Amino acid sequence: MIDYLREIISGTWSLFVGLGITIRYFFQPVVTVQYPHQTLPMTPRFRGHIELVKDEETGESKCIVCGMCQKACPSNCITVNGEKREGVKGKVLTEYILDFTKCSLCGLCVESCTPKAITFSKDYNLAGVRKEAYIFDLKKRLEARN
Amino acid sequence: MCVDPEIIRLLAFLVGVIAFAALNAAYLVWLERKEAAHIQRRIGPKEVGPYGLLQPLVDGIKLMTKQLIVPAGVDPVLFKIAPILVMVPAIMSFVTIPFSETLVARNLDIGLLAIFAFASVNVLGLLLGAWGSRNKYAVISAARVVSQNVAYEIPMLVTVVTLVMISGTMNLSKIVALQQGGFWHWNILNLSASPLMPVAFLIFFVCMLAETNRAPFDMAEAESELVAGAFTEYSGMGFGVFFMGEYANIVIGASVATILFLGGWDCPFGLFPGVHWFLIKMYFLIFTVIWIRWTYPRTTFYGLLNLSWKILIPISFVNLILTSAMLKVF
Repeated sequence: MIDYLREIISGTWSLFVGLGITIRYFFQPVVTVQYPHQTLPMTPRFRGHIELVKDEETGESKCIVCGMCQKACPSNCITVNGEKREGVKGKVLTEYILDFTKCSLCGLCVESCTPKAITFSKDYNLAGVRKEAYIFDLKKRLEARN
Repeated sequence: MCVDPEIIRLLAFLVGVIAFAALNAAYLVWLERKEAAHIQRRIGPKEVGPYGLLQPLVDGIKLMTKQLIVPAGVDPVLFKIAPILVMVPAIMSFVTIPFSETLVARNLDIGLLAIFAFASVNVLGLLLGAWGSRNKYAVISAARVVSQNVAYEIPMLVTVVTLVMISGTMNLSKIVALQQGGFWHWNILNLSASPLMPVAFLIFFVCMLAETNRAPFDMAEAESELVAGAFTEYSGMGFGVFFMGEYANIVIGASVATILFLGGWDCPFGLFPGVHWFLIKMYFLIFTVIWIRWTYPRTTFYGLLNLSWKILIPISFVNLILTSAMLKVF
């Protein structure tokens, strides 16, 4: 009989404890981010598609057109082209095409790049309806960013 | 031409009661979603109108534009009559509820009995709808609802009998009138009648949750086990009317608890009694009902029946005996 009553009282008390916890949460501030209206900053190690790095001194790409990224790419989605110019040491980048439809985001290109001319972008809004929209001209994107 | 003012009064109350029930059903869904969201530290509906206040309207329009499918193999009469059988008694119960001293559609001398008589039709509606659906989930749900309601009607009515013994009347207005003059006169603190009165309120509240099939006793609609229970085959406004009936029943339950235990329209400090105090108390109880839903998980079916037969019924009988002894002695 004592155990019966004790169980009822402790059980009822535990229910009130539970209610106390939820009402505390009720008055605490909201933690969700209202996505289309608000966004969180992307983490520094987010691996998006690749992007050319800007050389702070010249404002141009750091790329030396060695073609290592093109060779390292397992899905053959990178096309790099460059030309010799008068008075400029080494080759100058004329074209850097990334076929993002084939890219698997493995990052071997970034790893193989000696002058650290490519990096992962933080771009994640990548929905579209046409396949052609995903052939990125990275040189043009770099110029657009300038 | 002369129209009997009684007829106008009746019409006004009919429209008022239906509007009150429908508006409550719509906006309690909004309250439920908002409260659930904030307990889980989300925002809840916010896109449709300020604070999502137009959400119930949009939900209603959505439900009305949907096709009302009557599946092959159902009992066509029972299937169609069941949502109405849930909704109509809920609205009928509003007739006897005194919102304030003057605001009552029909002040019946057996108001309390009428409400409990109508409340038990609700179960019948669910049972018929589930049986008529010819769906195994619905039939399991119906079996659960019936045994749940049989189990919880007993402690509820025993508690109510205790209160009727204290008040000596079944007229809801008179029951409230006996509790006027501050919160120490309310039945919940009427310790001279029985020291177990706060416990009686708890019993009544728990039974009210079970009678209205609210969590943690939502066996009828256990969506993780029974799809949607009795509502599985209902679409569009068929489901909508069931839903409105459920919420109207919650409003009735909270109103009856307010009248029986919390002094109805009485102010706790004896100032400005009126309909606003009734609504504040009623909505606080409804808030608690939703708060409970988002705190506790669903009980098992055996847990539910054990709670009723092993705990609530014995305690409510102890309270009944204690009260009658105290009434006799003092």
